[in-house]
Amino acid sequence: MIVESNVVRFDCMPLDNGATLAPVEAAYETYGELNARKSNAILIEHAFSGDAHAAGISHETGKPGWWDNMIGPGKAFDTSRYFIICANVLGGCRGSTGPSSVNPATGCPYAMAFPVITIRDMVRLQKLLIDWFGIERLLSVSGGSMGGMQALEWAVSYPDRVVSAIPIACTTRHSAQQIAFNEVGRQAIIADPDWNGGAYYGKQPPARGLAVARMVGHITYMSDDSMREKFGRRLRGKENFGYAFDVDFEVESYLRYRGSEFVNRFDANSYLYITKAMDYFDLMNGHGSLAAAFEAAQARFLVISFSSDWLYPSYQSQEIVRALRARNCDVAYVELESNYGHDAFLVDVAEQTDLIRGFLASTYEKAQ
Amino acid sequence: MTAQIPKPQAFVRELLGRSDYAIIGEIVEPGTKVLDLGCGDGDLLQWLAENKGVDARGVEISSAKVQRAIARGVSVYQGDIDEGLADYPGGAFDYVILSQTLQETHHPQKVLREMLRVGRRAIVAFPNFGHWRMRIALLVGGRAPITTLFPHNWYDSPNIHILTVQDFEELVQLEGIRVERRYFLAGGRKVNLRPNLLAETAVYLVSGASR
Repeated sequence: MIVESNVVRFDCMPLDNGATLAPVEAAYETYGELNARKSNAILIEHAFSGDAHAAGISHETGKPGWWDNMIGPGKAFDTSRYFIICANVLGGCRGSTGPSSVNPATGCPYAMAFPVITIRDMVRLQKLLIDWFGIERLLSVSGGSMGGMQALEWAVSYPDRVVSAIPIACTTRHSAQQIAFNEVGRQAIIADPDWNGGAYYGKQPPARGLAVARMVGHITYMSDDSMREKFGRRLRGKENFGYAFDVDFEVESYLRYRGSEFVNRFDANSYLYITKAMDYFDLMNGHGSLAAAFEAAQARFLVISFSSDWLYPSYQSQEIVRALRARNCDVAYVELESNYGHDAFLVDVAEQTDLIRGFLASTYEKAQ
Repeated sequence: MTAQIPKPQAFVRELLGRSDYAIIGEIVEPGTKVLDLGCGDGDLLQWLAENKGVDARGVEISSAKVQRAIARGVSVYQGDIDEGLADYPGGAFDYVILSQTLQETHHPQKVLREMLRVGRRAIVAFPNFGHWRMRIALLVGGRAPITTLFPHNWYDSPNIHILTVQDFEELVQLEGIRVERRYFLAGGRKVNLRPNLLAETAVYLVSGASR
Protein backbone atom coordinates (compact mmCIF):
# COMPACT_ATOMS: atom_id res chain seq x y z
CA MET A 1 0.00 0.00 0.00
CA ILE A 2 1.73 3.19 -1.23
CA VAL A 3 0.46 6.23 0.66
CA GLU A 4 0.86 9.98 0.44
CA SER A 5 0.49 12.78 2.95
CA ASN A 6 -1.85 15.68 2.25
CA VAL A 7 -2.07 19.08 3.87
CA VAL A 8 -5.24 21.03 4.61
CA ARG A 9 -5.16 24.69 5.59
CA PHE A 10 -7.59 26.43 7.95
CA ASP A 11 -7.92 30.21 8.23
CA CYS A 12 -7.35 30.45 11.96
CA MET A 13 -7.64 28.65 15.26
CA PRO A 14 -7.76 29.99 18.84
CA LEU A 15 -5.35 28.48 21.36
CA ASP A 16 -5.56 27.74 25.09
CA ASN A 17 -3.01 30.44 25.88
CA GLY A 18 -5.22 33.12 24.31
CA ALA A 19 -3.28 33.51 21.04
CA THR A 20 -4.64 32.71 17.60
CA LEU A 21 -2.83 30.86 14.87
CA ALA A 22 -3.65 32.12 11.38
CA PRO A 23 -3.41 30.23 9.15
CA VAL A 24 -2.94 26.74 10.56
CA GLU A 25 -2.21 23.59 8.60
CA ALA A 26 -2.65 19.89 9.29
CA ALA A 27 -0.75 17.18 7.43
CA TYR A 28 -2.64 13.89 7.32
CA GLU A 29 -2.84 10.48 5.71
CA THR A 30 -5.85 8.21 5.28
CA TYR A 31 -6.19 4.47 4.73
CA GLY A 32 -9.30 2.53 3.71
CA GLU A 33 -12.61 3.93 2.49
CA LEU A 34 -15.04 6.22 4.29
CA ASN A 35 -18.49 4.60 4.03
CA ALA A 36 -21.55 6.48 2.75
CA ARG A 37 -22.85 7.21 6.26
CA LYS A 38 -19.37 8.27 7.37
CA SER A 39 -19.71 6.00 10.38
CA ASN A 40 -16.53 3.97 10.06
CA ALA A 41 -13.87 6.64 10.65
CA ILE A 42 -11.12 6.07 13.19
CA LEU A 43 -8.63 8.76 14.18
CA ILE A 44 -5.17 7.47 15.06
CA GLU A 45 -3.09 9.70 17.33
CA HIS A 46 0.67 9.56 17.12
CA ALA A 47 3.07 9.65 20.05
CA PHE A 48 5.64 12.37 20.81
CA SER A 49 7.97 11.91 17.83
CA GLY A 50 5.54 10.33 15.38
CA ASP A 51 3.91 11.80 12.31
CA ALA A 52 0.95 11.42 9.95
CA HIS A 53 2.59 8.44 8.24
CA ALA A 54 1.07 5.70 10.41
CA ALA A 55 0.66 2.91 7.86
CA GLY A 56 1.55 1.75 4.37
CA ILE A 57 4.68 2.61 2.43
CA SER A 58 5.43 6.30 2.04
CA HIS A 59 5.45 7.46 -1.57
CA GLU A 60 8.05 10.01 -0.57
CA THR A 61 10.50 8.00 1.59
CA GLY A 62 9.67 4.36 0.80
CA LYS A 63 9.40 3.68 4.54
CA PRO A 64 6.57 1.87 6.38
CA GLY A 65 4.36 3.82 8.80
CA TRP A 66 5.07 3.90 12.54
CA TRP A 67 2.07 1.65 13.33
CA ASP A 68 2.04 -0.34 10.08
CA ASN A 69 1.89 -3.58 12.11
CA MET A 70 -1.47 -2.44 13.55
CA ILE A 71 -3.13 -0.66 10.62
CA GLY A 72 -3.96 -2.41 7.35
CA PRO A 73 -6.22 -5.05 5.81
CA GLY A 74 -7.01 -7.69 8.44
CA LYS A 75 -4.94 -5.93 11.10
CA ALA A 76 -6.13 -4.49 14.44
CA PHE A 77 -7.34 -1.34 12.69
CA ASP A 78 -8.70 -3.17 9.67
CA THR A 79 -8.59 -0.90 6.63
CA SER A 80 -10.96 -3.21 4.75
CA ARG A 81 -13.66 -2.24 7.28
CA TYR A 82 -12.65 1.15 8.63
CA PHE A 83 -11.49 4.51 7.34
CA ILE A 84 -8.33 5.45 9.21
CA ILE A 85 -7.06 9.02 9.57
CA CYS A 86 -3.76 10.07 11.12
CA ALA A 87 -2.56 13.68 11.31
CA ASN A 88 0.72 15.22 12.40
CA VAL A 89 0.16 17.12 15.66
CA LEU A 90 0.07 20.88 16.02
CA GLY A 91 3.58 22.01 17.00
CA GLY A 92 5.11 19.15 15.01
CA CYS A 93 7.66 19.34 12.24
CA ARG A 94 6.23 16.85 9.76
CA GLY A 95 3.82 18.97 7.78
CA SER A 96 1.50 20.46 10.40
CA THR A 97 2.00 24.00 11.68
CA GLY A 98 4.79 24.21 14.25
CA PRO A 99 7.76 26.35 15.31
CA SER A 100 9.59 25.58 12.06
CA SER A 101 6.63 26.87 9.96
CA VAL A 102 6.79 30.31 8.40
CA ASN A 103 5.31 33.05 10.57
CA PRO A 104 3.11 35.12 8.22
CA ALA A 105 3.91 38.25 10.28
CA THR A 106 7.65 38.08 9.54
CA GLY A 107 8.08 35.72 6.58
CA CYS A 108 10.58 33.76 8.68
CA PRO A 109 10.13 30.56 10.75
CA TYR A 110 8.29 31.16 14.03
CA ALA A 111 11.01 29.65 16.22
CA MET A 112 10.37 30.90 19.78
CA ALA A 113 7.67 33.27 18.54
CA PHE A 114 5.47 30.21 18.14
CA PRO A 115 2.80 30.23 20.87
CA VAL A 116 3.02 27.63 23.63
CA ILE A 117 0.47 24.96 22.79
CA THR A 118 -1.42 22.27 24.71
CA ILE A 119 -2.73 18.78 24.06
CA ARG A 120 -6.19 20.37 23.81
CA ASP A 121 -4.90 22.67 21.05
CA MET A 122 -3.63 19.63 19.17
CA VAL A 123 -7.07 18.03 19.47
CA ARG A 124 -8.73 21.30 18.40
CA LEU A 125 -6.81 21.18 15.12
CA GLN A 126 -7.82 17.55 14.61
CA LYS A 127 -11.43 18.55 15.23
CA LEU A 128 -11.17 21.09 12.38
CA LEU A 129 -9.84 18.28 10.19
CA ILE A 130 -12.65 15.89 11.15
CA ASP A 131 -15.23 18.65 10.49
CA TRP A 132 -13.55 19.24 7.13
CA PHE A 133 -14.06 15.54 6.30
CA GLY A 134 -17.73 15.99 7.24
CA ILE A 135 -17.51 13.23 9.83
CA GLU A 136 -20.19 13.62 12.50
CA ARG A 137 -18.87 10.99 14.90
CA LEU A 138 -15.60 9.10 15.00
CA LEU A 139 -16.03 5.38 15.54
CA SER A 140 -12.87 5.50 17.61
CA VAL A 141 -9.92 7.64 18.65
CA SER A 142 -6.81 5.71 19.55
CA GLY A 143 -3.14 6.13 20.28
CA GLY A 144 -0.33 5.25 22.65
CA SER A 145 1.63 7.52 24.98
CA MET A 146 0.97 11.14 23.96
CA GLY A 147 -1.47 9.66 21.43
CA GLY A 148 -3.44 8.22 24.32
CA MET A 149 -3.58 11.64 26.00
CA GLN A 150 -5.13 13.07 22.85
CA ALA A 151 -7.65 10.21 22.72
CA LEU A 152 -8.68 11.04 26.31
CA GLU A 153 -8.88 14.76 25.49
CA TRP A 154 -11.18 14.00 22.54
CA ALA A 155 -13.53 11.98 24.75
CA VAL A 156 -13.72 14.85 27.25
CA SER A 157 -13.66 17.91 24.95
CA TYR A 158 -15.93 16.54 22.21
CA PRO A 159 -17.96 13.84 23.97
CA ASP A 160 -20.70 13.75 21.31
CA ARG A 161 -18.16 13.26 18.53
CA VAL A 162 -16.51 10.00 19.60
CA VAL A 163 -18.17 6.59 19.90
CA SER A 164 -15.16 4.98 21.52
CA ALA A 165 -11.65 5.73 22.72
CA ILE A 166 -8.62 3.44 23.06
CA PRO A 167 -5.94 5.18 25.19
CA ILE A 168 -2.85 2.97 25.41
CA ALA A 169 0.13 3.26 27.79
CA CYS A 170 -0.71 6.81 28.85
CA THR A 171 -1.85 9.03 31.67
CA THR A 172 -4.25 11.86 32.47
CA ARG A 173 -1.37 13.93 33.87
CA HIS A 174 2.40 13.68 33.95
CA SER A 175 4.02 12.76 37.24
CA ALA A 176 7.06 14.65 38.55
CA GLN A 177 9.24 11.86 37.13
CA GLN A 178 7.76 12.23 33.64
CA ILE A 179 8.15 16.01 33.72
CA ALA A 180 11.72 15.53 34.96
CA PHE A 181 12.75 13.39 32.00
CA ASN A 182 11.19 15.89 29.59
CA GLU A 183 13.02 18.74 31.29
CA VAL A 184 16.37 16.94 30.91
CA GLY A 185 15.66 16.65 27.18
CA ARG A 186 14.73 20.32 26.90
CA GLN A 187 17.78 21.47 28.83
CA ALA A 188 20.06 19.35 26.65
CA ILE A 189 18.75 21.25 23.62
CA ILE A 190 18.81 24.68 25.25
CA ALA A 191 22.37 24.10 26.54
CA ASP A 192 23.61 23.46 22.99
CA PRO A 193 25.14 26.79 21.73
CA ASP A 194 23.76 26.01 18.28
CA TRP A 195 20.23 26.31 19.69
CA ASN A 196 20.80 30.07 19.70
CA GLY A 197 17.56 31.02 21.45
CA GLY A 198 15.67 28.89 18.93
CA ALA A 199 16.84 30.95 15.94
CA TYR A 200 18.87 28.28 14.15
CA TYR A 201 16.79 27.83 10.99
CA GLY A 202 19.00 28.09 7.93
CA LYS A 203 22.04 27.59 10.17
CA GLN A 204 23.58 24.73 12.12
CA PRO A 205 20.78 23.18 14.24
CA PRO A 206 21.43 22.09 17.87
CA ALA A 207 22.17 18.55 16.76
CA ARG A 208 24.23 17.52 19.79
CA GLY A 209 21.62 18.72 22.28
CA LEU A 210 18.76 17.14 20.37
CA ALA A 211 20.66 13.84 20.10
CA VAL A 212 21.29 13.76 23.86
CA ALA A 213 17.60 14.52 24.48
CA ARG A 214 16.67 11.60 22.26
CA MET A 215 19.14 9.28 24.01
CA VAL A 216 17.48 9.99 27.35
CA GLY A 217 14.10 9.42 25.74
CA HIS A 218 15.10 6.03 24.38
CA ILE A 219 16.24 4.85 27.82
CA THR A 220 12.80 5.66 29.20
CA TYR A 221 11.08 3.76 26.38
CA MET A 222 12.87 0.50 27.17
CA SER A 223 12.92 -1.68 30.27
CA ASP A 224 15.79 -3.03 32.35
CA ASP A 225 14.94 -6.50 30.96
CA SER A 226 14.71 -5.44 27.33
CA MET A 227 18.04 -3.59 27.56
CA ARG A 228 19.71 -6.58 29.18
CA GLU A 229 18.31 -8.80 26.45
CA LYS A 230 19.21 -6.45 23.63
CA PHE A 231 22.66 -5.24 24.77
CA GLY A 232 23.75 -6.73 28.07
CA ARG A 233 27.33 -5.61 28.67
CA ARG A 234 28.43 -6.61 25.18
CA LEU A 235 31.23 -4.55 23.67
CA ARG A 236 30.87 -2.96 20.28
CA GLY A 237 33.35 -4.33 17.69
CA LYS A 238 36.12 -4.95 20.23
CA GLU A 239 37.39 -7.63 22.58
CA ASN A 240 38.59 -5.38 25.39
CA PHE A 241 37.80 -1.96 26.82
CA GLY A 242 39.25 0.88 24.79
CA TYR A 243 40.27 2.87 27.90
CA ALA A 244 38.95 5.99 26.22
CA PHE A 245 35.62 7.75 25.79
CA ASP A 246 34.60 6.56 22.37
CA VAL A 247 32.08 3.73 22.12
CA ASP A 248 32.85 0.63 24.21
CA PHE A 249 29.44 -0.88 24.90
CA GLU A 250 26.71 -1.92 22.45
CA VAL A 251 24.19 0.17 24.37
CA GLU A 252 26.29 3.30 23.87
CA SER A 253 26.49 2.64 20.16
CA TYR A 254 22.74 2.11 19.96
CA LEU A 255 21.89 5.32 21.82
CA ARG A 256 24.35 7.38 19.75
CA TYR A 257 22.89 5.94 16.57
CA ARG A 258 19.31 6.68 17.71
CA GLY A 259 20.31 10.20 18.73
CA SER A 260 22.04 11.10 15.48
CA GLU A 261 19.31 9.53 13.36
CA PHE A 262 16.68 11.57 15.18
CA VAL A 263 18.40 14.85 14.34
CA ASN A 264 17.75 14.23 10.65
CA ARG A 265 14.00 13.93 11.07
CA PHE A 266 13.04 16.10 14.02
CA ASP A 267 13.11 19.78 14.83
CA ALA A 268 14.61 20.76 18.20
CA ASN A 269 12.07 23.52 18.80
CA SER A 270 9.22 21.05 18.18
CA TYR A 271 10.84 18.92 20.87
CA LEU A 272 10.57 21.84 23.30
CA TYR A 273 6.98 22.76 22.43
CA ILE A 274 5.55 19.24 22.31
CA THR A 275 7.16 18.04 25.55
CA LYS A 276 5.84 21.20 27.23
CA ALA A 277 2.33 20.42 25.97
CA MET A 278 2.61 16.92 27.46
CA ASP A 279 3.79 18.30 30.81
CA TYR A 280 0.95 20.84 30.93
CA PHE A 281 -1.64 18.18 30.13
CA ASP A 282 -3.92 17.57 33.11
CA LEU A 283 -7.32 16.18 32.29
CA MET A 284 -8.79 17.08 35.69
CA ASN A 285 -7.69 20.70 35.38
CA GLY A 286 -10.63 22.91 36.30
CA HIS A 287 -12.85 19.91 37.15
CA GLY A 288 -11.81 19.21 40.75
CA SER A 289 -11.52 15.48 40.20
CA LEU A 290 -10.80 13.07 37.40
CA ALA A 291 -14.26 11.55 37.73
CA ALA A 292 -15.74 15.05 37.30
CA ALA A 293 -13.60 15.54 34.18
CA PHE A 294 -15.23 12.47 32.64
CA GLU A 295 -18.73 13.70 33.50
CA ALA A 296 -19.63 14.51 29.91
CA ALA A 297 -17.82 11.52 28.39
CA GLN A 298 -20.15 9.21 26.47
CA ALA A 299 -17.59 7.04 24.74
CA ARG A 300 -16.94 3.39 25.30
CA PHE A 301 -13.33 2.94 26.49
CA LEU A 302 -10.66 0.31 26.06
CA VAL A 303 -7.65 1.12 28.25
CA ILE A 304 -4.43 -0.87 27.82
CA SER A 305 -1.19 -0.77 29.82
CA PHE A 306 1.98 -2.87 29.81
CA SER A 307 3.56 -4.64 32.77
CA SER A 308 7.14 -3.44 32.15
CA ASP A 309 6.26 0.16 31.18
CA TRP A 310 7.85 2.25 33.91
CA LEU A 311 7.52 5.54 32.00
CA TYR A 312 3.71 5.29 31.94
CA PRO A 313 3.14 2.71 34.67
CA SER A 314 -0.07 0.69 34.89
CA TYR A 315 -1.25 2.60 37.96
CA GLN A 316 -1.78 5.64 35.73
CA SER A 317 -4.03 3.65 33.40
CA GLN A 318 -5.86 2.23 36.40
CA GLU A 319 -6.56 5.77 37.60
CA ILE A 320 -8.31 6.41 34.28
CA VAL A 321 -10.31 3.20 34.68
CA ARG A 322 -11.34 3.99 38.26
CA ALA A 323 -12.53 7.47 37.32
CA LEU A 324 -14.53 6.03 34.41
CA ARG A 325 -16.09 3.44 36.71
CA ALA A 326 -17.05 6.15 39.16
CA ARG A 327 -19.01 7.72 36.27
CA ASN A 328 -20.37 4.28 35.38
CA CYS A 329 -18.85 4.61 31.91
CA ASP A 330 -18.43 1.55 29.70
CA VAL A 331 -14.76 0.67 30.18
CA ALA A 332 -12.63 -2.38 29.47
CA TYR A 333 -9.10 -2.56 30.81
CA VAL A 334 -6.22 -4.98 30.74
CA GLU A 335 -2.55 -4.88 31.63
CA LEU A 336 -0.61 -6.87 29.03
CA GLU A 337 2.52 -8.80 29.95
CA SER A 338 5.50 -7.47 28.04
CA ASN A 339 9.24 -7.04 28.47
CA TYR A 340 9.50 -4.13 26.06
CA GLY A 341 8.75 -1.30 28.47
CA HIS A 342 6.94 1.73 27.06
CA ASP A 343 7.89 0.66 23.51
CA ALA A 344 5.54 -2.33 23.91
CA PHE A 345 2.61 -0.46 22.35
CA LEU A 346 4.61 -0.14 19.13
CA VAL A 347 6.19 -3.59 18.99
CA ASP A 348 4.09 -6.05 21.02
CA VAL A 349 1.14 -6.12 18.64
CA ALA A 350 -0.26 -9.69 18.72
CA GLU A 351 -2.31 -9.32 21.90
CA GLN A 352 -3.25 -5.70 21.20
CA THR A 353 -4.55 -6.82 17.82
CA ASP A 354 -7.01 -9.35 19.31
CA LEU A 355 -8.22 -6.83 21.87
CA ILE A 356 -8.67 -3.91 19.52
CA ARG A 357 -10.19 -5.95 16.69
CA GLY A 358 -12.84 -7.40 19.02
CA PHE A 359 -13.49 -4.09 20.76
CA LEU A 360 -13.90 -2.19 17.47
CA ALA A 361 -16.10 -4.89 15.91
CA SER A 362 -18.55 -4.85 18.83
CA THR A 363 -18.47 -1.05 19.02
CA TYR A 364 -19.17 -0.76 15.30
CA GLU A 365 -22.03 -3.25 15.53
CA LYS A 366 -23.66 -1.38 18.42
CA ALA A 367 -23.23 2.00 16.72
CA GLN A 368 -25.02 0.99 13.52
CA MET B 1 -21.58 -55.90 34.18
CA THR B 2 -24.32 -53.60 35.37
CA ALA B 3 -27.21 -52.76 33.13
CA GLN B 4 -27.35 -49.29 31.67
CA ILE B 5 -29.71 -47.31 33.80
CA PRO B 6 -31.49 -44.61 31.80
CA LYS B 7 -30.58 -41.16 33.09
CA PRO B 8 -33.43 -39.31 34.73
CA GLN B 9 -34.72 -36.31 32.81
CA ALA B 10 -32.85 -33.22 33.97
CA PHE B 11 -35.18 -30.49 35.17
CA VAL B 12 -32.70 -27.70 34.54
CA ARG B 13 -31.24 -27.40 31.11
CA GLU B 14 -27.64 -26.37 31.01
CA LEU B 15 -26.54 -23.05 29.66
CA LEU B 16 -22.96 -22.97 28.34
CA GLY B 17 -22.46 -26.30 30.06
CA ARG B 18 -23.60 -25.11 33.49
CA SER B 19 -26.90 -25.48 35.30
CA ASP B 20 -26.33 -22.42 37.53
CA TYR B 21 -25.91 -20.32 34.36
CA ALA B 22 -29.28 -21.65 33.18
CA ILE B 23 -30.89 -20.30 36.36
CA ILE B 24 -29.08 -16.97 36.04
CA GLY B 25 -30.08 -16.73 32.39
CA GLU B 26 -33.67 -17.27 33.48
CA ILE B 27 -33.58 -14.69 36.30
CA VAL B 28 -32.02 -11.75 34.44
CA GLU B 29 -34.64 -9.54 32.83
CA PRO B 30 -34.06 -8.27 29.28
CA GLY B 31 -32.50 -4.86 28.67
CA THR B 32 -31.02 -4.51 32.15
CA LYS B 33 -27.54 -3.48 33.31
CA VAL B 34 -25.48 -6.41 34.55
CA LEU B 35 -22.09 -6.62 36.28
CA ASP B 36 -20.50 -10.07 36.51
CA LEU B 37 -17.81 -10.41 39.17
CA GLY B 38 -15.15 -12.97 38.33
CA CYS B 39 -16.62 -13.24 34.85
CA GLY B 40 -13.84 -15.42 33.38
CA ASP B 41 -13.65 -15.02 29.63
CA GLY B 42 -17.08 -13.39 29.54
CA ASP B 43 -19.13 -16.29 28.12
CA LEU B 44 -22.14 -15.67 30.38
CA LEU B 45 -22.01 -11.91 29.73
CA GLN B 46 -21.83 -12.46 25.98
CA TRP B 47 -24.83 -14.82 26.18
CA LEU B 48 -26.81 -12.28 28.23
CA ALA B 49 -25.90 -9.48 25.82
CA GLU B 50 -26.90 -11.47 22.75
CA ASN B 51 -30.00 -13.18 24.15
CA LYS B 52 -31.32 -10.70 26.70
CA GLY B 53 -29.97 -7.46 25.26
CA VAL B 54 -28.35 -6.53 28.56
CA ASP B 55 -25.67 -3.89 29.03
CA ALA B 56 -22.93 -6.29 30.12
CA ARG B 57 -19.83 -5.50 32.18
CA GLY B 58 -17.40 -7.73 33.98
CA VAL B 59 -14.49 -7.89 36.40
CA GLU B 60 -11.84 -10.57 36.18
CA ILE B 61 -8.42 -10.92 37.79
CA SER B 62 -6.74 -13.07 35.13
CA SER B 63 -5.16 -11.07 32.31
CA ALA B 64 -5.53 -13.96 29.84
CA LYS B 65 -9.27 -14.29 30.56
CA VAL B 66 -9.82 -10.53 30.38
CA GLN B 67 -8.12 -10.52 26.98
CA ARG B 68 -10.40 -13.25 25.67
CA ALA B 69 -13.45 -11.41 27.01
CA ILE B 70 -12.48 -8.08 25.40
CA ALA B 71 -11.60 -9.85 22.15
CA ARG B 72 -15.17 -11.20 22.01
CA GLY B 73 -16.49 -7.67 22.52
CA VAL B 74 -17.42 -7.77 26.22
CA SER B 75 -16.40 -4.83 28.42
CA VAL B 76 -14.34 -6.43 31.14
CA TYR B 77 -11.69 -4.85 33.30
CA GLN B 78 -8.84 -6.56 35.03
CA GLY B 79 -9.18 -6.16 38.74
CA ASP B 80 -9.79 -7.63 42.15
CA ILE B 81 -13.39 -8.24 43.29
CA ASP B 82 -12.52 -7.49 46.88
CA GLU B 83 -11.54 -3.92 45.97
CA GLY B 84 -13.00 -3.38 42.52
CA LEU B 85 -16.52 -2.37 43.48
CA ALA B 86 -15.64 0.64 45.62
CA ASP B 87 -15.43 3.04 42.67
CA TYR B 88 -18.92 2.44 41.34
CA PRO B 89 -21.71 4.80 42.33
CA GLY B 90 -24.63 3.27 44.23
CA GLY B 91 -27.34 1.61 42.17
CA ALA B 92 -25.22 1.51 39.01
CA PHE B 93 -26.52 -1.93 37.99
CA ASP B 94 -29.77 -3.87 37.96
CA TYR B 95 -27.95 -7.11 38.75
CA VAL B 96 -24.55 -7.89 40.16
CA ILE B 97 -23.64 -11.53 39.56
CA LEU B 98 -21.19 -13.54 41.62
CA SER B 99 -21.06 -17.04 40.24
CA GLN B 100 -19.02 -19.72 42.05
CA THR B 101 -16.69 -17.07 43.42
CA LEU B 102 -18.03 -15.98 46.84
CA GLN B 103 -15.97 -18.69 48.53
CA GLU B 104 -12.83 -17.35 46.80
CA THR B 105 -13.10 -13.76 48.05
CA HIS B 106 -11.12 -12.47 51.00
CA HIS B 107 -14.04 -10.60 52.54
CA PRO B 108 -17.29 -12.29 51.44
CA GLN B 109 -19.44 -10.25 53.82
CA LYS B 110 -18.06 -6.98 52.49
CA VAL B 111 -18.36 -8.19 48.89
CA LEU B 112 -22.02 -9.03 49.46
CA ARG B 113 -22.69 -5.59 50.94
CA GLU B 114 -20.87 -3.90 48.07
CA MET B 115 -22.82 -5.95 45.51
CA LEU B 116 -26.06 -4.70 47.00
CA ARG B 117 -24.78 -1.15 47.11
CA VAL B 118 -23.85 -0.95 43.41
CA GLY B 119 -26.64 -3.29 42.27
CA ARG B 120 -30.38 -3.22 42.90
CA ARG B 121 -30.20 -6.99 43.12
CA ALA B 122 -27.48 -9.57 43.47
CA ILE B 123 -27.33 -13.09 42.10
CA VAL B 124 -25.04 -15.32 44.12
CA ALA B 125 -24.26 -18.88 43.08
CA PHE B 126 -21.98 -20.99 45.24
CA PRO B 127 -20.99 -24.64 45.77
CA ASN B 128 -22.57 -26.10 48.91
CA PHE B 129 -19.98 -27.47 51.28
CA GLY B 130 -22.78 -29.10 53.30
CA HIS B 131 -23.54 -31.63 50.55
CA TRP B 132 -23.61 -35.23 51.86
CA ARG B 133 -20.59 -36.27 49.77
CA MET B 134 -18.46 -33.67 51.50
CA ARG B 135 -19.72 -34.72 54.90
CA ILE B 136 -18.98 -38.39 54.25
CA ALA B 137 -15.57 -37.62 52.76
CA LEU B 138 -14.64 -35.71 55.89
CA LEU B 139 -16.21 -38.19 58.30
CA VAL B 140 -14.75 -41.29 56.69
CA GLY B 141 -11.54 -39.95 55.16
CA GLY B 142 -10.64 -37.58 57.97
CA ARG B 143 -9.10 -35.17 55.45
CA ALA B 144 -10.20 -31.96 53.74
CA PRO B 145 -12.64 -33.40 51.17
CA ILE B 146 -11.73 -33.57 47.50
CA THR B 147 -14.80 -33.99 45.30
CA THR B 148 -15.97 -32.86 41.86
CA LEU B 149 -17.38 -29.71 43.50
CA PHE B 150 -14.21 -29.03 45.51
CA PRO B 151 -11.50 -30.64 43.41
CA HIS B 152 -8.47 -28.97 45.00
CA ASN B 153 -6.03 -30.03 47.66
CA TRP B 154 -6.47 -27.87 50.76
CA TYR B 155 -3.09 -26.24 50.17
CA ASP B 156 -3.70 -25.06 46.60
CA SER B 157 -7.43 -24.41 46.76
CA PRO B 158 -8.76 -20.98 45.75
CA ASN B 159 -11.71 -21.70 48.06
CA ILE B 160 -10.71 -19.83 51.19
CA HIS B 161 -14.20 -19.21 52.62
CA ILE B 162 -16.14 -22.42 52.12
CA LEU B 163 -19.79 -22.27 53.14
CA THR B 164 -22.99 -24.27 53.26
CA VAL B 165 -26.54 -23.37 52.28
CA GLN B 166 -27.30 -23.00 55.98
CA ASP B 167 -24.32 -20.66 56.43
CA PHE B 168 -25.54 -18.43 53.62
CA GLU B 169 -29.08 -18.36 55.00
CA GLU B 170 -27.71 -17.21 58.34
CA LEU B 171 -25.50 -14.55 56.74
CA VAL B 172 -28.35 -12.97 54.74
CA GLN B 173 -30.47 -12.94 57.87
CA LEU B 174 -27.67 -11.31 59.85
CA GLU B 175 -27.20 -8.71 57.11
CA GLY B 176 -30.91 -8.06 56.77
CA ILE B 177 -30.74 -9.03 53.11
CA ARG B 178 -33.98 -10.05 51.43
CA VAL B 179 -34.00 -13.35 49.56
CA GLU B 180 -36.28 -12.98 46.56
CA ARG B 181 -35.68 -16.43 45.10
CA ARG B 182 -33.54 -19.44 45.94
CA TYR B 183 -32.67 -22.39 43.71
CA PHE B 184 -30.91 -25.60 44.67
CA LEU B 185 -29.27 -27.87 42.15
CA ALA B 186 -27.67 -31.30 42.10
CA GLY B 187 -26.51 -33.09 38.99
CA GLY B 188 -28.41 -30.66 36.77
CA ARG B 189 -31.69 -31.23 38.62
CA LYS B 190 -33.57 -29.05 41.03
CA VAL B 191 -33.44 -30.08 44.66
CA ASN B 192 -36.58 -29.44 46.65
CA LEU B 193 -35.95 -31.23 49.93
CA ARG B 194 -33.15 -30.73 52.50
CA PRO B 195 -31.01 -28.52 50.27
CA ASN B 196 -28.24 -28.20 52.85
CA LEU B 197 -27.68 -31.95 52.54
CA LEU B 198 -28.65 -32.60 48.93
CA ALA B 199 -27.80 -29.48 46.91
CA GLU B 200 -24.44 -29.25 45.15
CA THR B 201 -24.98 -25.69 44.02
CA ALA B 202 -27.19 -22.91 45.38
CA VAL B 203 -28.34 -19.85 43.44
CA TYR B 204 -29.81 -16.90 45.33
CA LEU B 205 -31.50 -13.80 44.02
CA VAL B 206 -31.23 -11.23 46.80
CA SER B 207 -31.90 -7.55 47.30
CA GLY B 208 -31.11 -5.00 49.96
CA ALA B 209 -33.22 -4.90 53.08
CA SER B 210 -36.54 -3.16 52.52
CA ARG B 211 -36.58 -0.11 54.68
